[in-house]
Amino acid sequence: MNMEKVLFAFFILLALTLNFGFVLGDIDDPTHHHAAELFAALVVSLIATVMKFGDRTPVGSVLLASSLVADLQLIAAAVVWAVVTVGMGDALTPAVTTSIVSMSSGALLANIVSVVLLILETFVARR
Amino acid sequence: MRPSPAPPGAYFLVLRRLRVPLIVLITAYAVSITGFVVIPGTRADGTAWHMDFFHAFYFVSYMGSTIGFGELPYPFNGAQRLWTLFSMYATVISWLYAIGTMISLVQDRGFVQSIVRNRATHRIGRLREPFYLVCGYGEAGKVVTRFLSEIGERVVVVEKNTEAINELTLGELPIEALAMQGDAADPGVLKRAGLTHPLCKGVIAVIGDDQENLKIAITAKLLNRGLKVVGRVNEEDTADNMRSFGTDHVVNPFNTFAWHFALAFNSPGLHLLNDWLSQTDYQALNEPVFPPRGRWILCGYGRLGKALHRKLLEQDNEVVVIEVNPKQAGAPADAITGRGTEAVTLREAGIEDAVGIVAATDHDANNLSVIMTAKELNASLFTVARQNQHRNAPLFEAATLHSVFNQNFLIANQIINLLTTPLTNEFLRQANKQDPEWANEMVSRISATVEDNAPLSWVLDLNAVSAPAFVLAIHSGYEIRLGQLCRKPTDRKAKLASVALMIARGDELLLAPEDETVVKFGDRILFCGHRSARNRMLSAVTSSDVMIYLLTGRHRIISPVWRRLTGTR
Repeated sequence: MNMEKVLFAFFILLALTLNFGFVLGDIDDPTHHHAAELFAALVVSLIATVMKFGDRTPVGSVLLASSLVADLQLIAAAVVWAVVTVGMGDALTPAVTTSIVSMSSGALLANIVSVVLLILETFVARR
Repeated sequence: MRPSPAPPGAYFLVLRRLRVPLIVLITAYAVSITGFVVIPGTRADGTAWHMDFFHAFYFVSYMGSTIGFGELPYPFNGAQRLWTLFSMYATVISWLYAIGTMISLVQDRGFVQSIVRNRATHRIGRLREPFYLVCGYGEAGKVVTRFLSEIGERVVVVEKNTEAINELTLGELPIEALAMQGDAADPGVLKRAGLTHPLCKGVIAVIGDDQENLKIAITAKLLNRGLKVVGRVNEEDTADNMRSFGTDHVVNPFNTFAWHFALAFNSPGLHLLNDWLSQTDYQALNEPVFPPRGRWILCGYGRLGKALHRKLLEQDNEVVVIEVNPKQAGAPADAITGRGTEAVTLREAGIEDAVGIVAATDHDANNLSVIMTAKELNASLFTVARQNQHRNAPLFEAATLHSVFNQNFLIANQIINLLTTPLTNEFLRQANKQDPEWANEMVSRISATVEDNAPLSWVLDLNAVSAPAFVLAIHSGYEIRLGQLCRKPTDRKAKLASVALMIARGDELLLAPEDETVVKFGDRILFCGHRSARNRMLSAVTSSDVMIYLLTGRHRIISPVWRRLTGTR
């Protein structure tokens, strides 16, 4: 067992589950999507990204890339949220909620790719 | 299995080292932000409020970076201040940790080296001009690099030693040489230094160690078959080994010097001719040397000593060897044990009736001491000494010797000639087959032309690219004789200070051609003479105006206005 691998797999999986938790619910209903969950997903995703820094293996590079994609999407979602609620002082409308959730769904897809890659890599290394 | 990762470059090293500090920083921020979101605040009127994520991030950002705008949007209550206290230390310490890691990384020797190496690899990869790869920046490497740079060639130097690399980067060369620090015997380092670069013209292995040069030569021939490889060797068996796999030129300074020196016995003229034409520096004209035959005393039976011993015996001399450790050096049985720096040893060797002395040890001070002592005992000696270190040049100059063996200059000269003027080498090879009278005749012709300076040799390439005016004249039906090219562009009655040494026409070589020789398209002519003659000759073959004047004596009118006024074309 490799502690580094355990930690990395943990963060990748946690990023996926938190992201999934945030996305789950009606896409245009603000009450189904809590800011704390988006925040947690973003933080965990950032940590997962940093953990792949400096990995020169081909799989490591793709993992870093997919993880960066997830970060980008989540940050974009958070920025939209902040601009609408704080910048313009409006409450979350269904339209804004939809765009926030769809962006984090993109991140969810990137996180799924990461997990799939991780599993594949484990199998290849086992052989 | 996963392929084993290559050694990390600077970029990856930074990212890898920053992993932990960045994770610590992100965690500290995340915990602090979460705390501010969770802990309820109190407004002035006593009602509770919750900070949202945006404001929490905003607050933590300016707190963590110790900018500090105060407590926003309302003054904090006790619980919030307690949390602020915790967050402050957590975030500031995380920042210090991250920044500290960065700074220690920048100070890290390995890191700095890998950055420098990466940058060098990058620059070499982007070279858009032909270059030579010089392996080893020792005494010989320095001279080779300087010479190449002075004749306008780009050089990439591979060297292990940091000090030598620093000297290279600080040294003022006319064309900056690129440095790659690393072991040239490592194929990876050679590749990074541009061994497989399409514009690499040749590899010059001038490390002091034979085995390393051998390794470089093999690597170069295996990884880039078409490359010209020049290797320096000290032992003849390494030389044979190198030639066996196709190394283009093998330079053995000891054998070269011994051969060259022996030439002076038979044909001082030929010796001088070799001297002049293999010189890369534009120095004062060397005087011919006439080494006498008789008893020679040879101090030091090392690599140079052995080579000279053989050659001196071949020239019917009696040779007495003085050596500190005759058995170990494999000296002849009658060798005298000693350093040769003391009068006793020299007397034992019969210095009084010797004709010449050679100080051939690898110690400069000892060599000079041998010569000085010997001269006191016998002032008429012919003196030859070996100079090992470049910085001792003034001492050897002051000692007024008949001949100095300077290994590094010899190696550098030979390499430059082999690489840049192959025609000169061809000429010398032909000339060495001629008899002494022929050589004396050549020498007197050359010295009459150049007066006090050493002759410069150059090649006139009569092709469309380097001699367009010549080609045009040939196409217009002119028959051009060699003598017509060697005239002043300002006055065609005056001859240029030049001597034609050889014409190379296809596989045919015309040695010492006469002025009446008709030159043809595609000829390559080797000249030697004064520097100014070279430039004038080049102007004749590139400018049609000069060419027409030289052939016909008529000036073409250059100004279009004057041409129209006079009605000429």
